[in-house]
Amino acid sequence: MIEVNDVHKSFGDAHILKGISTCFDKGKTNLIIGQSGSGKTVFLKCLLGLFTPEQGSISYDKKNYGELSRDQQRDLRQEMGMVFQGSALFDSMSVEGNVMFPLEMFTKQSRSEMQDRVNIVLKRVNLVDAHHKFPSEISGGMQKRVAIARAIVMNPKYLFCDEPNSGLDPKTAILIDNLIQEITREFDITTVINTHDMNSVMEIGEKIIFLKNGLKEWEGTNKEIFKTDNEAVTSFVYSSELFKKVRQMYIEERN
Amino acid sequence: MNYLAAIGSYFIMIREVFKKPTKWSIMKSLILKEIDELIFGSLGIIIFISFFIGGVVTIQTALNLNSPLIPRSLIGFAARQSVILEFAPTFCSIIMAGKVGSYITSSIGTMRVTEQIDALEVMGVNSLNYLVFPKIIALLFYPFAIAIAMNVGIFGGWVAGAFGGFTSSAEFVEGLQMDFIPFHVTYSFIKSLVFAFVIATIPSFHGYYMKGGALEVGKASTTSFVWTSVVIIILNYILTQLLLG
Repeated sequence: MIEVNDVHKSFGDAHILKGISTCFDKGKTNLIIGQSGSGKTVFLKCLLGLFTPEQGSISYDKKNYGELSRDQQRDLRQEMGMVFQGSALFDSMSVEGNVMFPLEMFTKQSRSEMQDRVNIVLKRVNLVDAHHKFPSEISGGMQKRVAIARAIVMNPKYLFCDEPNSGLDPKTAILIDNLIQEITREFDITTVINTHDMNSVMEIGEKIIFLKNGLKEWEGTNKEIFKTDNEAVTSFVYSSELFKKVRQMYIEERN
Repeated sequence: MNYLAAIGSYFIMIREVFKKPTKWSIMKSLILKEIDELIFGSLGIIIFISFFIGGVVTIQTALNLNSPLIPRSLIGFAARQSVILEFAPTFCSIIMAGKVGSYITSSIGTMRVTEQIDALEVMGVNSLNYLVFPKIIALLFYPFAIAIAMNVGIFGGWVAGAFGGFTSSAEFVEGLQMDFIPFHVTYSFIKSLVFAFVIATIPSFHGYYMKGGALEVGKASTTSFVWTSVVIIILNYILTQLLLG
């Protein structure tokens, strides 16, 4: 579980996060949504420890990140997995090398043990024939799956995903969403996803945080988002005609 | 004020590079890879430049020694002194600032742009140690490249002098052996080591802390070349004053 308490972050005169408090539950897919410029990425980078908030605290299973020493922070980060928007795979390494990297860095496993673990996670993300390919030789969807495999190879307690569906076709996007949700439940990890994708919101949004102008505007589940009267949320989530109709049908069905 | 902040950030970066070292088994392979890329990959251009610079120094010295009272052996002496004291360590370092420096800035800068550095940090890796430390260690071998540059430069001078008809081979060799001070070679190696550190760290700094996209990677490479060259030239003056003055 990740507890966020009154987090503020500024860059120069720009006050990006203006006091966000929330809680991300274990074993659930927690989504952060909001318009571009609402502070989602900055918030995610604060959760990852890449940005230090000026005010407020972030606790990972009761461990306050700000109160930890630099080495303890690095140790805590080894319990985190991150899927970046552009996958952020190491260009100079093969798929296998990318997934094996955290194991080589932080474990004392033998080569064969590492190889077994890599095979397991690559099989888990449905990538069995790409071990020796380089990131430039595989598709965007495959790169995302490699990034997920790399993120889960160390059995993380926390999984963060920044726009995991960006640049993917709808079918692959759904596959990636389902994969993340399955992994979250299977390994009982705290997953936080930063997304723009409304399909993801509807499909896997077990907990949704809506950010607006650096503040938490709304919080709920994918069921509750249909019922909410919050105008900022409805105008963002139901901005397309299709989603407006879906919501209308849902409300009519309920009535 | 910005310059002061950048200088401060540079020294903070240097401190971070030596903190929380990467596992030796991984670091070893990174160092070997960097030695191959940065040192062996640069030998071709260093040999090429040194050979012709040695030749040009010899020809220009010969053309300027018109007096019959000045022995022709001075051509070899001047070529040796110029190549060992200045052309091999300093000129080659400026070339390396362009070749190796821009490679370092663009490779680290691209990793920054594509969030690979963030990925390292999120995993708990000290990204500065992982990326910069192997380059510093690899460039400790830079004096070997400079030793080759010295030899090739003098050889180039001998080829140009003897085969160009500016001096005889015997006179050139006599000049090479004249008033040789071994400390001059030591001075040259000390300079090379200092320049190597500059070539490894300033381009790394510009790549690591760059912001923006692909265009900014190019700009950062140019800026890093300019600053690396400026620092090399200033340090060249200071070291010469300290060691020979």
